[in-house]
Amino acid sequence: MTSPLFETLQQELVPAAGPATLSHGILVFVLEPTELLPAVQRLQREFAFDIFLDVTAVDWIGQLPRFEVVYHFYSTMHRVRVRLKTRVGEADPGVDSLVPLYGSAAFMERECHDMYGIRFRGNDDLRPILLYEGFVGHPLRKDYPKQQEQPLVPYRS
Amino acid sequence: MYARTIPIVPAAHTGKDASFEYLTTRKDELIGWARKFSIFPYPFVTACCAMEFMAVSASPYDTDRFGAALPRFSPRQADLLMVVGTVTHKQAPILLKVYEQMCEPKWVMAFGVCASSGGFYQNYAALPGIDKIVPVDVYIPGCPPRPEMVIDGIMQLQDKIARSSHPIITKTF
Repeated sequence: MTSPLFETLQQELVPAAGPATLSHGILVFVLEPTELLPAVQRLQREFAFDIFLDVTAVDWIGQLPRFEVVYHFYSTMHRVRVRLKTRVGEADPGVDSLVPLYGSAAFMERECHDMYGIRFRGNDDLRPILLYEGFVGHPLRKDYPKQQEQPLVPYRS
Repeated sequence: MYARTIPIVPAAHTGKDASFEYLTTRKDELIGWARKFSIFPYPFVTACCAMEFMAVSASPYDTDRFGAALPRFSPRQADLLMVVGTVTHKQAPILLKVYEQMCEPKWVMAFGVCASSGGFYQNYAALPGIDKIVPVDVYIPGCPPRPEMVIDGIMQLQDKIARSSHPIITKTF
């Protein structure tokens, strides 16, 4: 199912980013990290994407840049979804925070920071939300040992 | 069955000292019999096993028949800590605190395979069995366990309570 909005978005959202693809009815853009915040701003203000659904990451270990940060947006007016992807490297896995645009981004970015160690510039509250204080590492990274435990209570002998 | 084996000794037939001696020989049996039919559970319910806990508590299976009907939501009023579901490392300090707040005598039941061993959660988040942090009296495997298995677990715990020593009767009793 395609929407007439998709044509407009393809041509106007980020002309420099190359052609968008359609995946399971979702329009997918692959962007540079610097293009992300302006694109989201336009999505929200010009194209009525009023719900920020999720942010997560993919750890493509062995590839460069290593991490892919994935955003999903939904427009209740047009009833369509858009996915934005951007790649960040292992040395400085940072992207701009969406908290100034979508308040709901705060918790989701905390979760993504927990699990993958992506740093969201502008989100000043990246405390652990699913993990606990003192947890070392990021468990959903592919190089986190599968059975490594970090217990909070000392085990009975 | 224990009710029939405890004799009521008529005072007219024996002296006071003799009856006390006789009572102390059977005191563990008496106290065990009383305790095994008045298990007040504290449900520490964390995950999907809760559905099975509801099923086994409600009328079709009815843990009331074993005297284990009344969940107490304060650990200070409970005898049996039922750990129902997965316990994560983040939750482990809470479980330990609840256990430590319970008064003696207390028993712990690991309800379901996650509480018993971590189940299929062998990863960064899950505690691999609550016996890593608290002593467990009865393990009930299954994902989730059938109500029959839970009832069997309760009955095994009752047997254990009936067989244990209960050091509460003194000379002044």
